[in-house]
Amino acid sequence: MKQMERETSQKAWDDFKGGEWQSEIDIRDFIQQNYRQYNGDESFLKGPTEDTTALNDELTEIKLKERAAGGVLDADTKVVSTITSHKPGYLDKDREKIVGLQTDKPMKKSLMPFGGIRMAADALKSYGFEIDPEITHIFTDITKSHNQGVFDAYTPEIRRARHYKIVTGLPDAYGRGRLVGDFPRVALYGIDRLVEAKLKDLDNYGGNEMTDDVIQMREEISEQIRALNQMKELAASYGFDISKPATTATEAIQWLYFGYLAAIKQQNGAAMSIGRIDAFLDIYLERDLERGILNEIEAQELIDQFTMKLRMVSFIRTPEYNSLFSGNPIWATLSLAGMGLDGEHHVTKTAYRFLNTLSNMGAAPEPNITLLWSKKLPETFKRYAASVSVESSTIQYENDDLMVKQWGTDYYAIACCVSAQPVADGIQYFGARANLAKTVLYAINGGKDEVGAAQVGPAYAPITSEYIDYDEFMQKLDVMMDWLADVYVNALNTIHYMHDKYYYESAQLALKDTRLARTFATGISGLSVAADSISAIKYGHVKAIRDENGIAVDFKADHDFPKYGNNDDRVDKIAVWLVKSLFTKMNKHHLYRGSKLSTSVLTITSNVVYGKNTGSTPDGRKKGEPFAPGANPAYGAEQNGALASLLSVAKIPYKYATDGISNTFAVTPSTLGHDLNLQEDTMVNMIDGYMANSGHHLNINVFKRDTLLDAQKHPEKYPTLTIRVSGYCVYFADLTKEQQDDVISRTFHETM
Amino acid sequence: MAKLPLRERKVPKRDGDIIGYVHSTESFGAVDGPGIRFVAFMQGCNMRCQFCHNPDTWKKNVGTEMTTSELLEKALPFRHFWGDKGGITLSGGEILLQMEFATELFTRCKKLGINTCLDTCGQPFTRRQPWFDKFKKLLDVTDILLVDIKHINSDEHRKLTGYRNENILDLCQYLSDIGKPVWIRHVLIPERTDFDNYLTELGAYIKTLKNVQKVEVLPYHTMGVHKYHEMGIDYKLDGIEPPTSERVANAEKLLHIEDYKGYLN
Repeated sequence: MKQMERETSQKAWDDFKGGEWQSEIDIRDFIQQNYRQYNGDESFLKGPTEDTTALNDELTEIKLKERAAGGVLDADTKVVSTITSHKPGYLDKDREKIVGLQTDKPMKKSLMPFGGIRMAADALKSYGFEIDPEITHIFTDITKSHNQGVFDAYTPEIRRARHYKIVTGLPDAYGRGRLVGDFPRVALYGIDRLVEAKLKDLDNYGGNEMTDDVIQMREEISEQIRALNQMKELAASYGFDISKPATTATEAIQWLYFGYLAAIKQQNGAAMSIGRIDAFLDIYLERDLERGILNEIEAQELIDQFTMKLRMVSFIRTPEYNSLFSGNPIWATLSLAGMGLDGEHHVTKTAYRFLNTLSNMGAAPEPNITLLWSKKLPETFKRYAASVSVESSTIQYENDDLMVKQWGTDYYAIACCVSAQPVADGIQYFGARANLAKTVLYAINGGKDEVGAAQVGPAYAPITSEYIDYDEFMQKLDVMMDWLADVYVNALNTIHYMHDKYYYESAQLALKDTRLARTFATGISGLSVAADSISAIKYGHVKAIRDENGIAVDFKADHDFPKYGNNDDRVDKIAVWLVKSLFTKMNKHHLYRGSKLSTSVLTITSNVVYGKNTGSTPDGRKKGEPFAPGANPAYGAEQNGALASLLSVAKIPYKYATDGISNTFAVTPSTLGHDLNLQEDTMVNMIDGYMANSGHHLNINVFKRDTLLDAQKHPEKYPTLTIRVSGYCVYFADLTKEQQDDVISRTFHETM
Repeated sequence: MAKLPLRERKVPKRDGDIIGYVHSTESFGAVDGPGIRFVAFMQGCNMRCQFCHNPDTWKKNVGTEMTTSELLEKALPFRHFWGDKGGITLSGGEILLQMEFATELFTRCKKLGINTCLDTCGQPFTRRQPWFDKFKKLLDVTDILLVDIKHINSDEHRKLTGYRNENILDLCQYLSDIGKPVWIRHVLIPERTDFDNYLTELGAYIKTLKNVQKVEVLPYHTMGVHKYHEMGIDYKLDGIEPPTSERVANAEKLLHIEDYKGYLN
C-alpha cells in the first residue's frame, strides 16, 4: 500500500482494536476484536426523527398507490439494469441520511433481462408495459439469457418433469439469488483494498495449467474486479468516494449499502439477503457515540433509514412467479444476534435498534428479520424480541446453536428465507423443490402423472391391486425416488452451469473470498403429505380408486392411521426416512463445481401451487388442496396440541436439511397468556424448548383468525397487516385470495 | 348433623400403579398455571356449572385409563418447553375426586424436579378424615393451586353449580393459613356473576387471603355450547352473550387484580 493510503485507513481505523483483520480481509476477526455486548434492556431506544417519519409516510403512500395500481407504478422498459445503469435517485434528498435507489425513481422497477428475456418481457406486459423491441432483439438475436441457455441444454425428460411440476420453481428463468455478499468489506476496507486483494488472487489462480475450471475462475475474478470498480462509480454518482474505508458510522452504513445496492442492481435473485451486519455496524455506531459526534437519536435514525432502503427493494415479476412466492418478496434477510464460537453472545445495541425499526416505522415484510436464537442469549433481549413478535408477527427464529455447530463458524448469515451460509466464503446454488407427494403417486401409477395421465416418470409397473400393499408400494417408491433424484439433480446442474455463464453474480462474489465452499441446494415439498400417505398405506389399509385410464385418482383408508404432527414415532420416522432417503439418492450424483449437497424442507407460499397441481393422495388430501407449508404437519392432523406438533417437526434432521426446516406457527394472543408479560414468557419458553429439541426454524404469528377474516373482507382497514408465511413476511393484502384462504384455514393454536 | 367418617373409595390400579381417568391432554397450556404446562384434564365432576364448557368431563370412571407412569411418559417429552416455571397441571373435571392418582403422579414429579399445579374448584374439600389427611399429602407435593370461586354468594353458588360454597371458601382459608400459593380465578357471566355488589364482595374476600399470587377474570364464552347439543343436555345460559370488554375491565378493577403480582416472580 502506498504511504498516503495507509494513513487514510489508519485514520478510519482509529480506536479500533487491531488484529488479523488489518493484514487480511477478515470481517469476522474485526467483529470479534471490537464488538461490544449489550446486556441491558430496550429502555435506551429512541423513536423516529421527523425526517424518518416523513420519508416513511412518503414510502407508505407510494406502496399503497402501487398496490392500488395492481403492483407496479413505473418500470424501465429500455434501460437494462447494471451496477452503473442509472443516474442517482432519491425519495427525498434533503431528508435521506442514507441514499441510493435501484433506479432513478423510488419503487420504479428495473429491467433485468439476463435471467430470462421472456420472463422480463412477460413481467412488464402483465403490468401494462411493453419492453423495448431493441432489448428483445439484443437478448434473442444477438446474445442470449440464462433461460435460453438452460433450455438449449435441458433434456426432454427434464422438460417433462418441469412441465408436470414434479420439480418446479426452478431458477431457470430468473436469478438464483441466495448469495450473501460480505457487504461490511466495503465499509471496513474501501474498494481499492478489495481490488488489490482480488488482483492478488487472480495472480495466484491456476499456476501454469489453464484447465476449464481455472479459466472459468480467472474470468470470474476479473468480472469481480470490474464490479468493484463499478461500485466506486455508482457511489461517485451519489457524491461519495468509497475507494477508501469508511471513517464514521454514517459512512460505514452508506458504504455497506452501496455494496448491497450494486448487488440488487445487477441481480434479481430469488433472495437478496443483506447478511449479518448488526455487530459490525454497532462497532461504528458505538465509536461515534463515544466520540460525541453522534447521539442515540441519530444512531437510530441511521438504522431506521438504512432499513427503509431495504424495505424499498423490489423487482418486477410475472404472475406465475407471484403465485409461487406471493407478495413480491425479495428476502432482504437480516440476521440478528447469535452466539460466538467462544460462547459469548453477539447481542449489541444495534440488534435492538434494528428490532426497534418495527416500532418506529411500523411492521413491514422486508427486511426479513431473522433472530439467531440460542438459549444462552440474554433473557432481556429474548423477551424484547418476543414482545416485538407479539406486536408485529414479523420475526422468524432460527437455531443458532445448531447452525454454528453444523457450519463451524459464527460468521454465517441467513442467505434466503431460512438457509444459513458462511458469509466470508460460503455460497449456495439455489435449487427450488421436488414434489414428494407427487412422487408417491408416480410410484403407484407407474410414472404416469395423475393429472392428465401423461407418462412423465419411467414406465415402471404400476400397482394394480385394489388395496395397496405396503411392501410392494415401498419398493416402487424407492425406485421412483431414484428417478426423481436423477432428473432433479440433472436439472440443477444445467441451471447452475448456465447461471454462471450468463448471469454471474460478480457484485456479491466480489465481496466474498475467492476460494469458495459451495453447497448444492435442493428442496422437498409435500413432506407431510408423503409421510402421512405412507403411514396410511402402512397402517390404514388404503384402497385405490382408479379412473378409466387405470390411474389411481382417489384413495380411501379403512382405518385411522398415525399422522405426522403428533410426536408419534410411527409416522415421524417415515418423514425422517423420506428426507434422508432422497438426500442419499441425490448424493450419488456429480454436483456442479464440486459443491456439497444440501436440502431444505421449506416451500415459501408455493405449497398452494404444488397442491393445486397434485392429485388426491392416500392420506385423504383431495386433488388440488394445498400442501402444508414447509415442514408443517398437514391441516387438521394435529391432535395433541401445538408442542406435540413442534416435536414432530424437530425430528427432521438438520444435518441432512442444512438449508432449513421451516415451521410456521400461528397462535392467538390469549393462548400465549393473559397479559403481555406472560405472553413474552410463553414465547421465550416455547422457542427455547423447540431449539433445545433441535428444531431449526420457527415463524411465529400472533393474531386471531377473526382478524384475518376481517382483513380479507376489508383490506383497506389493514394496509400493513404483516404475517409470516413459510420463511418470510408478507403483507396479508398482497396474498392471492387462495393463499389468504390457505393461511386462514391453517391450524391456529388456541385454547378454550 | 353427626359427622361420620367418609367411606374410602377403592383405588384402581394396574401392575401396582394407580390408574387415573383422563379426558384429554394438552401439550401447550400457557394459561393453566405458571409457564408452559402439560395439562391433563381428568374425568369426573360433581358440580353442574351452568356455564361449564366441558360437560363431557362430568361423568366419573370413564375416559382413557392411564397409570401415573403412562401419563408421565406422555408429558416428559415436552420438558424442554417448561423452562424454570412451567410443568404439569392436573385439571378437570374435578381433580380432587382422584386424589390418590394426583398424589402418586406429583410425588414422582417432585422427584424429577417438575413443578406441579392443581386446577380445582374445591367442591370435594372437607376437613373430615380420612379425606383431609389425604389432601394434606397431596398438598405436600403440589407447588401451586388454581382455585375457581364460581360465586361469592352461597345461594347464588348453589343455583349456578348445584352446590353451596362454604367448604370451597374453607379450602381457600386453609390454603391461606398454610401459605400455599394460589391463583384465584373467577368466571364473569352476565346475569349470573357480573354484578358489582357480588364482585365487590368477592374482591374484599380475596383481600383477606394471604397466599394469592394472581387473580384472573375469565370472561364467559360460548365455545362449549355445541357439546351440550351433541350430548343432548339442556343449556341453561342460552341467549347470554360473553361480557363486554368494559365489564371485564370493571370486574378486574373490583377484584383488584393489579394488586396481585406474586406470579411474576
